[in-house]
Amino acid sequence: MWRWLAVSVLAVNATAQVPSEPDLASGQKLFTSQCALCHGVAGGGGRGPSLTRAKLNHAADDAALREVIKNGIPPEMPGAWQLSAREVANTAAYVKSLGSVPAEPLIGDVSRGARLYEANGCSGCHINGGRGEGFGPELTGIGSKRSAAYLREALRNPAASTPDGFVYVTATTNSGETVRGIRVNEDTFTVQLKDAQGRFHSMSKADLKELRASRKETPMPGYGTRLSSAELEDLVAYLAGLRGKA
Amino acid sequence: MKWLVFSIALGVSAQVPYQRIVEAGKEPGNWLTYSGNYSGHRFSPLTQLTAANVTGLRMKWAHQFPDRRTEVSPIVADGVMYVTGPNSAAALDVRTGRELWSWTRPLPKDYQSIGFGHVNRGPAILDSQLFVTTLDCYLVALDIKSGAERWSVQVADYKPGYSMTVAPLAIRGKVVVGVSGGEAGIRGFVDAYDAPTGKRAWRFHTIPEPGERGHESWATDAWKTGGGSTWVTGSYDPELNLIYWGIGNPSPDWNGDSRPGDNLFTCSFVALDGETGALRWHFQFTPHDTHDWDATHVPVLFDADVRGKRRKLIASANRNAFYYVLDRQSGEFVAGRPYSKQTWAQGLDDRGRPIVNPNTEPSEQGTLLWPNLNGATVWFSPAYSPREGLFYVATREVGSIYYKREADYKPGTFFAGGGENLVPNEEGAGFIRALDAATGEKRWEFPLHSAPWAGVLATAGGLVFSGSDEGNFFALDAHTGKPLWEVQTGGPIAANPISFNIDGKQCVAIAANRVLYVFGL
Repeated sequence: MWRWLAVSVLAVNATAQVPSEPDLASGQKLFTSQCALCHGVAGGGGRGPSLTRAKLNHAADDAALREVIKNGIPPEMPGAWQLSAREVANTAAYVKSLGSVPAEPLIGDVSRGARLYEANGCSGCHINGGRGEGFGPELTGIGSKRSAAYLREALRNPAASTPDGFVYVTATTNSGETVRGIRVNEDTFTVQLKDAQGRFHSMSKADLKELRASRKETPMPGYGTRLSSAELEDLVAYLAGLRGKA
Repeated sequence: MKWLVFSIALGVSAQVPYQRIVEAGKEPGNWLTYSGNYSGHRFSPLTQLTAANVTGLRMKWAHQFPDRRTEVSPIVADGVMYVTGPNSAAALDVRTGRELWSWTRPLPKDYQSIGFGHVNRGPAILDSQLFVTTLDCYLVALDIKSGAERWSVQVADYKPGYSMTVAPLAIRGKVVVGVSGGEAGIRGFVDAYDAPTGKRAWRFHTIPEPGERGHESWATDAWKTGGGSTWVTGSYDPELNLIYWGIGNPSPDWNGDSRPGDNLFTCSFVALDGETGALRWHFQFTPHDTHDWDATHVPVLFDADVRGKRRKLIASANRNAFYYVLDRQSGEFVAGRPYSKQTWAQGLDDRGRPIVNPNTEPSEQGTLLWPNLNGATVWFSPAYSPREGLFYVATREVGSIYYKREADYKPGTFFAGGGENLVPNEEGAGFIRALDAATGEKRWEFPLHSAPWAGVLATAGGLVFSGSDEGNFFALDAHTGKPLWEVQTGGPIAANPISFNIDGKQCVAIAANRVLYVFGL
């Protein structure tokens, strides 16, 4: 009995010692170790969305943000279940502070960017606002998921930022036939590809001589040299303005 | 006519006395204890399924659970399959999968799982009772014919962080159970209860108190919240009357500053007297663990020749990536070697203690290490084939960056002291590996698409069954590892396979996500 009593007293003290103001430096440290792998070192986004925005899609308020950090967003985002309540609060405070950093000013022209989007055939591979072909990632709402810096880099060097689920693979069958496409799924015994015409190929690994996946390859051309730097900025401004369905 | 015979057989023999479990190998059509036998083999003596006919396996029936990611390993006895979920159990007609009875216990609203999901790994059977553990820490005895409660006993208080997911181990007149809570600063134990009444027979504390053997390995008061959970079913040697049980990590997991010393009996196997619970011997795999490498594995018991002498052995492929063979009468270290990628130790000394590399502790800036916190294998069962002399283990080769952080003990909250994160651009790998059971030498491996969460079953027909995280349930040749058959179940497999007969025909069962499948010819 006394033991429990002692423990309760300790617990009360520990709670009392929690500073009412969250510790941003501690939150930043936790963010760097637990979150930056997907959300980028300064929260600019990567595999996960950019967090440098005042409004976060899954966290309407501070309490919701703490819940998201603690429990994750299945299946993509793991919960940081090992963090104490105080550590979660510190991390949340840091994430919130990212939203008050002024967004990078966009110097490009949105309507010129929209024309470049059409002229360069982007809709041949991407669906945007319900229009286009579904070979590459959907771009409807891409501006609310990725920062301008990320979009600029993805246009310049698309292979460096291949999103999950869009790994480009080459499958060579035992009879010598080659299929190239996006790996849409894979397990121990089979692989499913989608080729540039949007056709699905279901293949048994026992029938394959080679299955080569490379994160360095992508069917998307780089636009760093195809466009002038002003045009690139126009396209970035257009993409950054795609905020999802109205 | 056939149905009549079946019903009569059910009526006469629907009792599972202790001796039937001891001699489980004589009735391979049933699956009477968690691992199929007391030796922890997860080996079916059935020979009907072979490499020649396994491609003819078809689904016989499926049972859907209300809960996701079921980890159940069923019991099959006399035409009935017994399954469990979190705070639930059911009896199914083994021919059709149709429910014969079901039982649930409400989960208190303030219950919380600290560090694991809402799961249950299976029941135990003895005489006319089925034994089930609950998340809120009750051990319940159900009548096997109706599902009615005979008794229930509170094993621990869930509020400070104790929980139960373990399949009990039923031995002569007793039911043995363990607890979860290694991330909540519990003080773990193994309990035995009198099977007819539910009265506690003994308790073995995995963290010794002052005056008890092993307490000297705790330099401070940290033993009071020292962890040492016991959440995976142990094994039993009826001749020696010794229970073998694996003990979990010390608390807090990733910050060992507050608990200098070896922290016995965490990350150890213990051998306990079945009658009294007295500690006969212990062997610690990972002294002063700071990576969450519980030794909560099913101990595998077998006899083999070691340097020309027949020995009674116990083996484990440990979460820390080393395979160990010990003498099961004395706990003496016999052999050990890594079976999976590891970067934390140079090797084992001649007493089996790891020779730890410098700078492998979790740190504030992060420490890169293999294996990750889930280890080179986890709770899911290995298999042992006496026919092949091989130990089969589902292996995870995943690295991790380990972080050390503050650790404040508050009852009923995480007491972890850190965590881990993925290694950038490192996908991790998975394998089914076959090791020479007496030495740990690798004989073959079958690569998986990703690190697995499913256990392994070996059969006397020369097959090994397991599952993948992408839902493949498959059969390999037990001698060579060659893939022979697979089916896509549609959900991640995080459970142990079993084998048994339906009307004299060999079947295999596996749970995938919320569905239990039975396959037969």
